[in-house]
Amino acid sequence: MSVAETKTEKLDGWNRPPTIEPGGEGELLEIAMGPHHPSTHGVFRMDVALDGERVMRLKPVFGYLHRNHEKIAEGAAYLASMPYTDRLDYFCSLSNNWAYALAVEKLVAQAVPERAQYIRVILAELTRIQNHASSIGFLIQEMGASGTPLMYAFREREKILDLFESLTGSRMMCNYMRFGGCRVDVSAAWLDAARKEVAGLPPFVDEFEALLTSNEILMARCQGVGVLKPDLAVNASVTGPLLRASGVNYDIRKVDHYGIYDRFKFRVPLGDHGDVYDRYMVRVLEMRESIRILEQALKDIPAGPIMDPKAKIRGFRPKPGEAYGRVEAPKGELGFYLISDGSPNPYRYRVRPPSLINLTILEDMCLGHNVADVVLIFGSVDIVLGEVDR
Amino acid sequence: MDQDLKIELGKQGVFVTTLEELYNWGRRSSIWPMQFGLACCAIEMIATTMARYDLARFGAEVFRPSPRQADLMIVSGTVTKKMAPQVVRLYNQMAEPRYVIAMGACAISGGPFKQGYNVLKGIDRYIPVDVHIPGCPPRPEALMQAFITLQKKIDEQHLTGEDRPRFLDEKAQGEFPVPEPAEHDLEPPSNPGVWSAPVVIR
Repeated sequence: MSVAETKTEKLDGWNRPPTIEPGGEGELLEIAMGPHHPSTHGVFRMDVALDGERVMRLKPVFGYLHRNHEKIAEGAAYLASMPYTDRLDYFCSLSNNWAYALAVEKLVAQAVPERAQYIRVILAELTRIQNHASSIGFLIQEMGASGTPLMYAFREREKILDLFESLTGSRMMCNYMRFGGCRVDVSAAWLDAARKEVAGLPPFVDEFEALLTSNEILMARCQGVGVLKPDLAVNASVTGPLLRASGVNYDIRKVDHYGIYDRFKFRVPLGDHGDVYDRYMVRVLEMRESIRILEQALKDIPAGPIMDPKAKIRGFRPKPGEAYGRVEAPKGELGFYLISDGSPNPYRYRVRPPSLINLTILEDMCLGHNVADVVLIFGSVDIVLGEVDR
Repeated sequence: MDQDLKIELGKQGVFVTTLEELYNWGRRSSIWPMQFGLACCAIEMIATTMARYDLARFGAEVFRPSPRQADLMIVSGTVTKKMAPQVVRLYNQMAEPRYVIAMGACAISGGPFKQGYNVLKGIDRYIPVDVHIPGCPPRPEALMQAFITLQKKIDEQHLTGEDRPRFLDEKAQGEFPVPEPAEHDLEPPSNPGVWSAPVVIR
């Protein structure tokens, strides 16, 4: 189903309030899940109203990690916001770097050399693999398999973080990309290490899938749970694996062709049912597609400069104007919207966080399910609170 | 007790110890942290418990979701003014003996977000912190170093005397006042029992 078709369809399921009636004669039980709750991925509260075990209402409460990112960025120079973008979605600092660099490059019409584009693709896809692996690990942990799948995911994540660390100097907060290129060049030894790591990834995904995909408990808990209809998903501007699991073919790498993604052969996995299992499956398949992109990028990476020699990264004053740069971050469309008034600081700096917008339809997915499934559905959205509250 | 005599007795199969040492050994070898993540540092905290860094070597892999079963609170990440009352309340619910590690720049001082209007400038304004680890985020090795430091600290505690732990001190503060959101800031802005503004000597 394409985006254009769903827009013309009748919009079922969008109207509120929910149509579920209480079954028993008892009162609704209101529970605050969070902000300290072992499964809420950080500090987040869900005010749920329960009829027995069934969820009748769910109100997400945000703001426990509001760190004034946008306001701080309006008072800082353009480059000074780059380290803050690392801390938005702290699993995927390099995707955030790229989105911000893309927005500023659009603002000042800055070209990026070939080699830097390849490095960006390699780092972004490595980020995607480690994010999807960990998010699946957390999902299974919320199902009750405490630790074991997460151990497998983090074992692989540590290897990818080693690559990041040897290149950028930091495990998580990489602060690597610059406007018009990258900070340091990759060495031949790093590329060899990356090739070796990528060659080891398909067996890891196979092992992960052998443990999980046809696991009886996972199928029983996930299939048919938290169904998200494609029309609702499009209307709520959900993006990322959550949208594609509902069957909508929308991947910004294919839509925008930002960077050099039109050079690589890869497919966009789509789900059929839009349930938790489809989201799990889409993430696994995206990991496989990322490995394909990585293999092509590591084969083709050209020699050359990593920074445009004319690029200014410090103390520049863009002409008045605005720009919106977006990338397909592992969690969805991550965009940065900048307005310049000619001063060294952005006049307005706005982040379009995929996690926050994907979370707005949490109630629609959870209604009528058991309270134990709420944790699961919440886990399948794959959010990071740093990005939700900013 | 004389160390040489103790070693000599140990060679002959006689182990001699004091109640204090036994007590501290028991406490330091099974510090159960609370499963409680605030922000970025929580991911490094999880990474520490995973296979490569293996926090289980310190007897501390048992993360308890309930504060009533936990000995240690790792404040891992930025504490905002909306979250600070909850953090203090969770600390109040923990049973003595309890310890706090302030993990990362944000928990120590507000870190990179210190200039923000909504960020608490250090959790030590409200609760007593035993170990601070700098870093943004600290590496897993740094968290393990904090555990070793905390274990040394527990080892040095005496059951009686001036440096006895807080829970054996009848006059020590047990319950800490929970700050409430007020018009401009949290009220009170800090707990004078545990924190005072640093004095700059010029």
